[in-house]
Amino acid sequence: MVTIEINGKPVQARPGAMLIEAADEAGITIPRFCYHKKLSVAASCRMCLVEVEKVAKPLPACATPVTEGMKVWTRSPKAISAQRNVMEFLLINHPLDCPICDQGGECDLQEMAMGYGKDVSHFSEGKRVVVSPDIGPLVATDMTRCIHCTRCVRFSDEIAGVTELGAPGRGEHMHIGTYVEKSLSSEVIGNVIDLCPVGALTSKPYRYSARPWELTSHSSVSPHDCVGANLTVDVRGRQVMRVRPRENEEVNEVWLADRDRYSYLALSHAERITAPQVKRDGAWQTVDWNTALTAAAHGLRGVVEKHGAQQIGALAGYGATTEEFYLLQKFMRGLGSDNIDHRLHQIDFSTQGAMPAFPWLGQALADLDNLDAALLVGSNVRKEQPLVALRLRKAARGGARLMAVNPIDYELNFPLTARRIVAPTAMVSELIAIAQALLESGGEAPAGFAALAAGVAVLDEHRAIARHLKDAPQSTVLVGNGVAQHAQQGALQMLAALVARLSGSRFGFLSEGGNSAGAWLAGAVPHRRAGGAAGAAGLDARGMLTAKLNGYVVLHAEPELDCIDGAAARAALQQAECVVALTPYVTDTMRDYADVLLPLALFAETSGTLVNAEGRWQSFTGCTTAPGETRPGWKVLRVLGNLCNLDGFDYEASDEVRRELEAACSAVLPSSKLEWQAPVPAAAGSGLCRIADYPIYAVDGMVRRSAALQQTPDATSGVARLNAATAAQYGVAGAAKVQVVQGGGGCVLPLALDERVPDGCVYVPAGLAATAALGAVDAVVELKAAE
Amino acid sequence: MKTVMRFFKSLFLLELLQGMRVTGRYMFERKITVQYPEERAPLSPRFRGLHAQRRFPNGEERCIACKLCEVVCPALAITIESAQREDGSRRTTRYDIDLTKCIFCGFCEEACPVDAIVETNIYEYHGEQRGDLLMTKDKLLAVGDKYEQQIAADRAADAPYR
Repeated sequence: MVTIEINGKPVQARPGAMLIEAADEAGITIPRFCYHKKLSVAASCRMCLVEVEKVAKPLPACATPVTEGMKVWTRSPKAISAQRNVMEFLLINHPLDCPICDQGGECDLQEMAMGYGKDVSHFSEGKRVVVSPDIGPLVATDMTRCIHCTRCVRFSDEIAGVTELGAPGRGEHMHIGTYVEKSLSSEVIGNVIDLCPVGALTSKPYRYSARPWELTSHSSVSPHDCVGANLTVDVRGRQVMRVRPRENEEVNEVWLADRDRYSYLALSHAERITAPQVKRDGAWQTVDWNTALTAAAHGLRGVVEKHGAQQIGALAGYGATTEEFYLLQKFMRGLGSDNIDHRLHQIDFSTQGAMPAFPWLGQALADLDNLDAALLVGSNVRKEQPLVALRLRKAARGGARLMAVNPIDYELNFPLTARRIVAPTAMVSELIAIAQALLESGGEAPAGFAALAAGVAVLDEHRAIARHLKDAPQSTVLVGNGVAQHAQQGALQMLAALVARLSGSRFGFLSEGGNSAGAWLAGAVPHRRAGGAAGAAGLDARGMLTAKLNGYVVLHAEPELDCIDGAAARAALQQAECVVALTPYVTDTMRDYADVLLPLALFAETSGTLVNAEGRWQSFTGCTTAPGETRPGWKVLRVLGNLCNLDGFDYEASDEVRRELEAACSAVLPSSKLEWQAPVPAAAGSGLCRIADYPIYAVDGMVRRSAALQQTPDATSGVARLNAATAAQYGVAGAAKVQVVQGGGGCVLPLALDERVPDGCVYVPAGLAATAALGAVDAVVELKAAE
Repeated sequence: MKTVMRFFKSLFLLELLQGMRVTGRYMFERKITVQYPEERAPLSPRFRGLHAQRRFPNGEERCIACKLCEVVCPALAITIESAQREDGSRRTTRYDIDLTKCIFCGFCEEACPVDAIVETNIYEYHGEQRGDLLMTKDKLLAVGDKYEQQIAADRAADAPYR
C-alpha cells in the first residue's frame, strides 16, 4: 500500500490507484463528471483538478496515479480556483433549462454549480444548440445539455459491448449521437440514464411526469431473470413512477437490464384485473373475495371428490415469489395432488430426478468476472440474462476464452474463441464430441458413454474447446435457456455436466425466469417437496397438459403463452371442469377457459422472496398498494388453504412463510452436481426442425405488457427465420410470408433470411400471440409460401 | 390632599371633559375612513391576493410544470400533475391551488422561473361552496386572462426593486 496525504490527512491507497479512488475511499469528495468507477478514465471534464505538491499546475485526480508520499490538496485556493474556472467553461454551452429538465433536483451539474458556480459568466456570446437524435423508445435525448463527459459512449463501448454511441466532431462541433440515426439495440441501454451527469439522457417513459423530491424510494428485486437485480422503486402516491438500480456489487453491480427497469410500466396496464370474478352460466360476474374464494375452493374440492385428487394440477409462472410457490405446493399437496410445476418452458423431464436441490449457477455471480474460460451451451445469455452477459464480457475483456455450442449464432456482446452452431438435434453429439476430446487426454468415461460416443466424429474445434476448458485455471460450463427448452434437455444437461467434470470446470445453470431456484426449493416441482426432499412424483408441466386433467390452478402465468406448448395448454384448460386462475392480468383467452379469476398483486405490490441463480435469498416488501381489490398471492393462497380445511395455513405475514421454508431448506447446500444417467440417444429427426426460444421481451406477462419495451428493436411480433439454403430447399426463398404448420397448428409469419440459423432449421420464437397456435415444439415443421 | 384633588376632579367632570376634547378634535379633523365599497384604499403592486396564471402574448400558457411552487408552498396548497404535451413541451395536466389552505405568503410567485403563477391585487372573491375555492388550472388562467393588463402593470411597477 502507498501512503499519501490528502488535505493533511494520511490516506492508504492501492499502488496504481488514481487519486480520486483514494480520496473516495477516505471519504473526501472531489467534484467530477466524467469519472465513473466502473468505466475507463477519460479525464475530459477537468472538474476534478486538485493541487499536488511540487507540481506547478493543478492535476486531474481521476488520471493521476498515487505515489508514495504525495501531498494533495483538494480544497486549497489553487484547487478551488481551478474547479470554479472549469465549472464556468462547462456552463458556457449548457442551456440552464433546469425548470423543464427531468434531471432537475438530482443533477450532478446542478449540484456542482451550487458549490462551484459563479454568479456571472464571462461568456456573453450565443450558446450552441445541438439537435437531439431519436435513439429509441427508452431513452430521451436533449443533447444541448450535454457536457461531453462521454460516460455514455464509454458505457456502450466497454460495458454493453455495442459501438453505437459516439462523439463525432471536435471542439464546438463535438456532439454525442448514434453515427447513423437509429434506435439503440442494446438490452442494457437504460443505464446511460443513470450515468449521464446532466439531463442529456433521461428516461422516455418517465419524461416530465414527476420530480425527484416527490418520490419515495423503496427497495425491491427484479423478477424477470435469474440474476435477481436489486432495484430502487420510486413511488409517487400509489403510482410507481420509475425504477432505478440499487447498487449491489455481488449481484447487479450498478447496472440494470432494460427489462428490469421498464417492466414497471405494465403495473398500470389496461388488462390488470382489479376485482375477483366468477363465471356463472357462461357470463362473468364481478364478486367479492369471499364469494370468489368460496367458488374456487368449492370447484377444486368438487373435482377432487368427483374424479380424485390426481385430476387437479397447478401451473405456476417462473416469476412468482418463493412464498407463493411454497403455499401453492402446500395447497396442492394438502388436497392430495403432486401435480404442480413451474417449468412451463420445459419439454423434456427425463433427468429431473438427478437434479440438485435447485438449479445452481455453480459459483457466485461475481466469480464470473474472473473466469479464464467458459462454455455456453444453448444460451443466448445476452438476451436471456443481460447482466450475466455483462459479467462474461468483463471476463472476456480480461482475456477469458468464451465458447458456445448454440443452435443459432446469437449476437453476443463478447467475442467467442470457439463456437459450434448446429441444429438443435445435433447439439447432443457436439457435447459428446467435446467430452470425447477431453477423454483423449485422460479421464474416466462414465457408464454407457462409450455407446453414445460411437460414430461421433471429434473435430479440431471440439479439441480446441476441450483444451481451453481444461487449461484454464477458472473455467465453467453453463447451460442456458436453450437447453431448458430443448427436446433432449436431459441428455444435454448430463453431457454438459460431464464435460465440466472431465475438464475440471464448474458446472452451472443459467436458470429460466426470475425465481426457478425458489420454485425448486419451495417444492413447486412434481417430484420434490420443499427443501428438495424426494417424494412421490406427480405430473410435470407437460404431462399435466397432455393428461387433460379436470381441474387446474394457474398462478402468475398465461399458459397459452407461457407454456412452450401453448396450443396444448389452451386445449387442456378449455376442456377442464374447473380452472382457478390467480392472475394479475386477464385476457379474453383466459376468460374463455377460466372459471374463477382471482386478481393478484405484482412484484412491486407484494412482499416476498426471490432466490437467484447463485442461491441468494432476496426478500422485499411491497412498494405500493395493489390496485382495487387485488391481493398478494400468499394471502389468497392462505385463505384458499383455510377454505379447503387444510392444516398449517394460518400465516399472518409472508415472513412466516419464508421462515417455515427456510427451516425446511436448512440442510440444502448449493450444488450443481447431476447424478450421471446415461442419456438415451434420440432417434435422428427428419424434416425441418424448429428452434423456439422466448424472446427477451416475451418472457412473462409484465414484460409483454410494457409499452416501452414492446417498441424496442428487440421486441418482435414473430418472424420465421431461416438461412437462404434452407429457404431454397423448402421452396420459400422469394416469399415475404410463410405459413408455418407444426403439430396440428399453424400460423402465417413474415419470413426473414438469416444466415445465423443452421441448415435444416427454422427459428420461430415462442411466447408470442402470433405463434401460440403452433403445436408441440419438437414436432416436425412444414413450411409453405403464403400470399 | 389626594382625596381633595379627587373630589374636585369628579365634581367638575374634568376627566370627561379631557376625553371630550379628544373627541372634539377628531370631529373637526380630516377623516381617514374609507367608504368601502364606494371608496378603495390604495394597493401596493406587491399586494398578494387571488392567484392567477399568466400567458405569453402569443396566447401560450407560461407554466412549464417545473413544480417549484408546489414544493415551496408551506401550506401544501398546490397540486400539480405534469406530462409531455403533443408538441413535446412540458406542461401541467392539473394545476390546483386550494385557497382554503393557502396562506398568501407569495412564495409560489417568488419561486416561479417564468412568472406564470402570480398573486393579483384581487381580494374580493368568495365561494359559496368549499369547492368554489379550489382554483383549477382553467380558473387560474381565466383570472390571468381577465386581469392581464393590471398584472402586467403591477409587475412593471415593481420591476426596479426586484
